[in-house]
Amino acid sequence: MFTPHTQKDVEVMLTSLGIEKIEDLFSVIPEKFRYPALNLPEQLTEMEAAADLESIASANGSTKELLSFLGAGAYDHYIPAAVDNLLQRGEWYTAYTPYQPEVSQGTLQAIFEFQSLICQLTGMAVCNASHYDGATAAAEAAILADSHFRGKRKKFLVSRAVNPQYRAVMRTYFRPHDDIQILGDDQETGIDADMAKFIGLIDKDTALVLVQYPDFFGRVIDYKALIDAAHAHGALVAVATNPTALALLTPPGELGADIVIGEGQPLGMPLSYGGPYLGYFAVTEDLLRKISGRLVGQTTDMDGNLAYVLTLTAREQHIRRGKATSNICSNQGLMTLAATIYMTVLGKEGFKEVANLCYQKAHFAADQLNQVDGYQLAFADTPFFHEFVVKSERPVAEVLEWLREHDILGGYDLGQDYPELENHLMLAVTEKISREDIEFLTAVLEEEYHD
Amino acid sequence: MTEPTIFEMSSPGRRGVKMPVSDVPEVALPKGFERQELNFPEISELEAVRHFTRLSQLNHAIDTGFYPLGSCTMKYNPKINEATSRISGFANTHPLQPEDTVQGNLYLMYELQKMLAEIGGFAGATLQPAAGAHGELVGALMIHAYHKDRGDHQRVRMLIPDSAHGTNPATSAMVGFEIVPLATDARGNVDLENLKSLVDDRLAGLMLTNPNTLGLFDENVEEVIKIVHDAGGLVYGDGANMNAILGVTQPGKIGFDILHYNLHKTFSTPHGGGGPGSGPVMVAERLLDFLPDPVVGIIEEGDDENPPLYGLVSPAKTIGRIKAFHGHFGIHVRAFTYISMLGAKGLRDAAEKAVLNANYMQEKLKGSYTLPYDRSCMHEFVLEGFWDDVPGIQALDIAKRLIDYGIHPPTNYFPLIVKEALMIEPTETENLETLDRFVEVMLKIAEEARTQPELLKNAPHHAPIKRADELKAAKELVLRCYPKY
Repeated sequence: MFTPHTQKDVEVMLTSLGIEKIEDLFSVIPEKFRYPALNLPEQLTEMEAAADLESIASANGSTKELLSFLGAGAYDHYIPAAVDNLLQRGEWYTAYTPYQPEVSQGTLQAIFEFQSLICQLTGMAVCNASHYDGATAAAEAAILADSHFRGKRKKFLVSRAVNPQYRAVMRTYFRPHDDIQILGDDQETGIDADMAKFIGLIDKDTALVLVQYPDFFGRVIDYKALIDAAHAHGALVAVATNPTALALLTPPGELGADIVIGEGQPLGMPLSYGGPYLGYFAVTEDLLRKISGRLVGQTTDMDGNLAYVLTLTAREQHIRRGKATSNICSNQGLMTLAATIYMTVLGKEGFKEVANLCYQKAHFAADQLNQVDGYQLAFADTPFFHEFVVKSERPVAEVLEWLREHDILGGYDLGQDYPELENHLMLAVTEKISREDIEFLTAVLEEEYHD
Repeated sequence: MTEPTIFEMSSPGRRGVKMPVSDVPEVALPKGFERQELNFPEISELEAVRHFTRLSQLNHAIDTGFYPLGSCTMKYNPKINEATSRISGFANTHPLQPEDTVQGNLYLMYELQKMLAEIGGFAGATLQPAAGAHGELVGALMIHAYHKDRGDHQRVRMLIPDSAHGTNPATSAMVGFEIVPLATDARGNVDLENLKSLVDDRLAGLMLTNPNTLGLFDENVEEVIKIVHDAGGLVYGDGANMNAILGVTQPGKIGFDILHYNLHKTFSTPHGGGGPGSGPVMVAERLLDFLPDPVVGIIEEGDDENPPLYGLVSPAKTIGRIKAFHGHFGIHVRAFTYISMLGAKGLRDAAEKAVLNANYMQEKLKGSYTLPYDRSCMHEFVLEGFWDDVPGIQALDIAKRLIDYGIHPPTNYFPLIVKEALMIEPTETENLETLDRFVEVMLKIAEEARTQPELLKNAPHHAPIKRADELKAAKELVLRCYPKY
């Protein structure tokens, strides 16, 4: 399949090599390990494979059939048609990493535009050409901080209100390093919006303070005091962000963040059961040379014309090998392109409209749910963006099951990650959710309560 | 060419895609958090479409021409993969949906784990790693956890051949291993004497790419593995070059303990201009318990009437989560589609044709270019990109001149152990006419080097830009549109 060789071609090639059969080219492989019988399904034609995959997919319930209030790190936004249409051009998706600038100006300029958009969105000076996702970007922020302090500061403070998966990934990355402490996300330190206990942990041994904005619960928290405290102790501050929220909220760069990371999925990437997405990673000018991953810079060619190239590559593994800033090699090239096209076709006003619709509808939903008997808005005094938490009188598992019977994915059961938030349900509302959808949700919950 | 940036194309008040008006009562934004300004471009949808279409046309891509980029396996990316990965039931499922609503996804991942393990001859697999380098990190973390679990805290040395990709030492450094370089012998194999002198009870493992970056299958691979195992180390296989041996041999059966694949090389998923990749990792039986959390397993066996119930399970001694959610699922769908269409027969055919193509080109070119390791190659080969009688011409000049003939340059200056290396990998999806044309062009360039060297020095002549000033880019950094600094 996909090999164009005719029998005659093969004969011509074998003759020129002076051998009789293709197998002769593999005589270097120990004979007892050659040509195993692989236990794989019989090969399919394209038509059969297409039908098979359709049939596998039909065993899923997608957000096309189910009304979904699931968020917790991945959000169901509308993707303008132009995004995927352009993404499907072979010139984009069948190109390699732009190491040869003369034949990669398209990819290079698109990344340069991506860097520009993310810098604008986050209020930062420099942005790289992406990490795998928000979680690995968070881990890389810790690696940057560790190298910034040359391993001398051992404490990495991570708020408990940071996405639990980000915290888990960060711990995995640092697993072999017994001397490094990842602290601040225990139940004792807690999730209070004033963060007093958390701020109290910052000291001279702290390399990095990581918070999320809006936080995992959707809350918009003022980090001014925290950032000042961290800087007073010389620590770096990283802020994990939701890009849609930044259309409306003061960017972390203006709040004094040193590193801004985030999950780029809301910027034109389908949910696709968790990936591929992209992690964006932006820093202040001071940290420019510490950043990992690819950077595209503007320059000129031999004729003096404007050109784009990968730059400051001496930080990277293919040059620096064991002394590189990270082992990262690929990036999320096509996903950065999706994000760039998404932000461009929506533009300044369209992007703000998306964010505002999310904000408005989430607040309407929160208000409506708060009025349903047996449900109460949690963290009611703290502003939120498009995700919020309600406390339920019944176990969340039961509530979700009831909603499922009405084809609703009711949201995220916080009790799985937070024992202190047992019976707490988190819901996300995007621009795709209508007033009718919200009224249907509350009607079904009312019905349950009176059952 | 000069295509303006989207910021330069912007005109205040111009609109692209509009959103519906809100159908709920308006509430104010949170006080004190309101953003003052968002300087995003304001352009029409048509201008945006033209911009990104014009930019795309400045790229060389597999779909536009031959791409013999060594170690990258730029094979055809079947269109059907793009179609299947976009089926609504896959593309519109949320990663945190209850397991009973995503049985299709979980089945696909379970089967892909099994197929990938079978192809490599391993006991199990994780699909979580986002790319090859990410897979290496998983492998190195598992090696670390394995030794720690056995109380072997002194095992801190990782052997890495001098021909290895830069990601191998970079990964080992992230995990805190001491990197010990390993020499290559005159035939391009691991230098056995050097290897023997480096193993002791401090050995954590060896990261071995086989076929290696010279495009050569190690003639002593069994012995290499035995030496490492006898010393208590584990052997990590960098599967970047797996395309050469699909269906021909199974690294797990030869003795590798861990191996990553690059789905974007071997299993035809697109490179996407740099990513997303996908780097599943396969392991031998003794490492199953250390796989990242979670893997896909069967929660309830099926029977005649019902399929099994698939779910996410946590390995007993897991190194933990390495990525949010479940890895690059959209890429898993593409690889699954590809393997379904090839089957065991097609995989072997792919490897055989890839190796046949490479050997054919190597044979035709070795008279005009120096072949430093002259023996039958696997799916790629490395030439020297210079001639003693043509001073001043470098591999870079040959690479750039190829662009004028509509061919993407080979990987150059890698592996580091070959002077002025040109690493050429045709892949199995190229036909004989394309190979012959490449040979013809390479021979012509060898001639031009002697008769009109300036043609090479100033190449490319027919590309969107001339050679770019990379020193200036690094010195006068401009990393975003505005404000410049």
